[in-house]
Amino acid sequence: MTSQHKSFGVREQADKYTEFVSRGFGKDLAKRLGLPQPAILRRYSPQAPLVEGPILVVGAGAGADAVATVLLGWHQDVRRHATPKEKLGAIVVVLDELEHPTGLSAPMLAVGSALRDLNRNARVVSISRQATTDDEPGIAAARAGVDGIIRSVAKELRAGATANGVVLANGIAADSPSVMSALRFFLSGRSAFVDGQFLTASSEGSTEAPDWEAPLKGSVAVVTGAARGIGAAIARTLARDGATVIAVDVPAAGDHLAAVANQIHGTALQLDITHPQAGERILEHAIQRYGRLDIVVHNAGITRDKLLANMDAARWDSVIAVNIDSQLRMNKAFLASEHFTQNPRIVSVASTSGIAGNRGQSNYAASKAGVMGMVRSTAPLLAARGGTVNAVAPGFIETDMTAKIPFATREVARRLNSLQQGGKPSDVAETIAFFASPNAAGVSANILRVCGQNLVGQ
Amino acid sequence: MTTPTAAGSENVGTKTTGARSAGIRKAVVVGGNRIPFARSGGAYAHSSNQDMLTAALDGLVARFGLADEEIGEVAAGAVLKHSRDFNLTREAVLGSALAATTPAYDLQQACATGLEAVIGLSNKIKLGQIDSAIAGGVDSASDAPIAVSEGLRTILLDLSRAKSLGDKVKIASRIRPKHLSPDAPSTGEPRTGLSMGEHQALTTAQWKISREAQDELAFASHKNLAAAYDNHFFDDLLTPFRGLSRDSNLRADTSVEKLAKLKPVFGKELGDAATMTAGNSTPLTDGASTVLLASEDWAAARDLPVLAEVVDGEAAAVDFVHGKDGLLMAPAFAVPRLLARNGLTLDDIDYFEIHEAFAGTVLSTLAAWEDEEFGTTRLGLDGAFGSIDRAKLNVNGSSLAAGHPFAATGGRLVASLAKMLHERGAVDGRPARGLISVCAAGGQGVVAILEAR
Repeated sequence: MTSQHKSFGVREQADKYTEFVSRGFGKDLAKRLGLPQPAILRRYSPQAPLVEGPILVVGAGAGADAVATVLLGWHQDVRRHATPKEKLGAIVVVLDELEHPTGLSAPMLAVGSALRDLNRNARVVSISRQATTDDEPGIAAARAGVDGIIRSVAKELRAGATANGVVLANGIAADSPSVMSALRFFLSGRSAFVDGQFLTASSEGSTEAPDWEAPLKGSVAVVTGAARGIGAAIARTLARDGATVIAVDVPAAGDHLAAVANQIHGTALQLDITHPQAGERILEHAIQRYGRLDIVVHNAGITRDKLLANMDAARWDSVIAVNIDSQLRMNKAFLASEHFTQNPRIVSVASTSGIAGNRGQSNYAASKAGVMGMVRSTAPLLAARGGTVNAVAPGFIETDMTAKIPFATREVARRLNSLQQGGKPSDVAETIAFFASPNAAGVSANILRVCGQNLVGQ
Repeated sequence: MTTPTAAGSENVGTKTTGARSAGIRKAVVVGGNRIPFARSGGAYAHSSNQDMLTAALDGLVARFGLADEEIGEVAAGAVLKHSRDFNLTREAVLGSALAATTPAYDLQQACATGLEAVIGLSNKIKLGQIDSAIAGGVDSASDAPIAVSEGLRTILLDLSRAKSLGDKVKIASRIRPKHLSPDAPSTGEPRTGLSMGEHQALTTAQWKISREAQDELAFASHKNLAAAYDNHFFDDLLTPFRGLSRDSNLRADTSVEKLAKLKPVFGKELGDAATMTAGNSTPLTDGASTVLLASEDWAAARDLPVLAEVVDGEAAAVDFVHGKDGLLMAPAFAVPRLLARNGLTLDDIDYFEIHEAFAGTVLSTLAAWEDEEFGTTRLGLDGAFGSIDRAKLNVNGSSLAAGHPFAATGGRLVASLAKMLHERGAVDGRPARGLISVCAAGGQGVVAILEAR
């Protein structure tokens, strides 16, 4: 306990299998036997370049030109045409002007011919428009088509490369700040374990010059369940991005909580979030100590797995109480507070179990699907005060909890995604930090999976 | 210096200008943190004093966001201490999340160590010598130092001074089997050879404290402590350690009937008149506690909460070797002096925190205060000192339930009382007021007054 505080940040290693097949004999063996060859993923650090190599911007319209201009402003090496054999760090395909599925051909074939030139851990990011029921059927078909393309390309890519897309609501320009912040997230190492997913930008976002180095500077964040695992990673990541963090967990986890709080120069608040006054207690602490509260991360959650046929009230009720009822109650308190009105952010941790369901987790899936429902209906309440609310849905993440899964089951579970490995707590944390940032002002009501494109669910 | 009072006050004025320029200001309690107390040989059997004190400090730092902050001074101590722990508190600070530039010192006044640390550091804050401080205490009965026998120690020291091989062989040959039995620490008083429990048994009998009264006090202690946990009272006073999140001595399901069944363990030579059992005496315990003290400005500058003011403190001692008073009766003298100095009576106190070394200790003290003869002959009053409303006594439990890691008890009492006073706020238009009383080995006692903020 004594030597930990002085070091800062998280050091996480790839799993042993991934290390083994990444070099030398193990690499040859895996190749010969056709075994999965997960890559060591490129993860974010403030010092690392945004992408490793030039960015090819595909698309003929004004939107593509505007996006290329923004990328140049970020001091990126931008190409409007691929040079054969030149290695690329990313491909950005701008499809905001699509009018018919036949219009997909030219840009996608251009992307396809450049895919072989992608570096390891490269990115493919699409920018397209949302398909709605108001659209003319041909336009809707074209826009919806992008969804299928990106999810397929994500499965085609190898060596840690990912494909994701930004979807623009009607009337939003391709180069508006919220779209660019989402694009930057997908290009960067922050999205290492996000694959085959879409972020929707529903408004233009903030026009203030973004601080990409310390986006959360000056803000105060509360993270529940911060004593260990994903919650501790969220607390550390928000602190690295400049936030002052109030780390919350149940009193029984106070020793681990204290270690996290001290490491990031935050404060530890021992609190059971199912307490009726939990929201008020958090506000009271934040206001007294820091005079403000900007970011709420609802991470605390429990599992009490049992087949529904064998379920008892204690298991069912405790999962609902901790995972969703507490969030609903705390959000009410936050929304009632005059101190949570300056562009506030709420980010909840959902789960792929809430999207695809999971045998033996009917109670947990109910709570996590419930979180998603809550996020969508809370978004308009926050929009009124310039705020956003989003959720992340982690897939298989390497934590103390998943380390307890029997070896064979765990080994299968962590390979069942396009990146053929489990994610890190920091992958979930980076996504949350993105949602929490002022740059993501126009991104609300999103449920983003951090699952390496897990084979189950959407 | 011919007239002590006048010259004395002038001296203060001229010699301590630094302090005078700062004025006598107030010292406040910001909050506290302790680790749960564990019965000896239990959860902390393999934890050292330094481990526990460091953990208690780190929990305090985390609660108030003080990582890498330089504190004015940290003072703490342990009653049972290894010789290698000569700089225990400073070492704990160096291992903690506090800035390494935080000075620290050890002090020791037996079971009053923690409270004396609070009083001493508060005085430094009041004088303007420091702006912030952490008072603490720690004790491990599990990891107690064991020394070699006095005979062997003498031989080993002679051996280290021997120059030739011949001398060394000659000295080493003095070692006999009897020298090899180790010398473990005990709670025995050096001057009487009696254990603390045996001493209290004499006092308990002297004040005619009944077995039932002692068991009732013990039961109330467990009941009150259990209720405090259930009401989340300790959520911001305690940080778990080594898998323990509640005091392991707490028996929430105990009853007066269960306590009545225990056999006496002290004063057994009294036969049927023996009243002191394992249930109404504190067990040997491991644990650590800390209290964050500050000047009002320091707390305000950091937007820290302020729970209570440390108003005043007093120490007393009794001649238990030759005199009429029991070993643990010094607070019976310290409290009247302290209250008189502050123009207060027992009626002006809203919460009493009287350390339960033994149920008999608390009850003997209260009996002495209610005794007219004790009041007139020993305290020099017109009659009995007074009685207290038992509903104000140890309302969130005390040492009989929580346990008593000697030096850590003072910090536990101060932090809990400060929180209670803050929650109570005002009484009859004045700040709620609390009294702490701690008895200690050697016939000593330390007491203090806190007021709500």
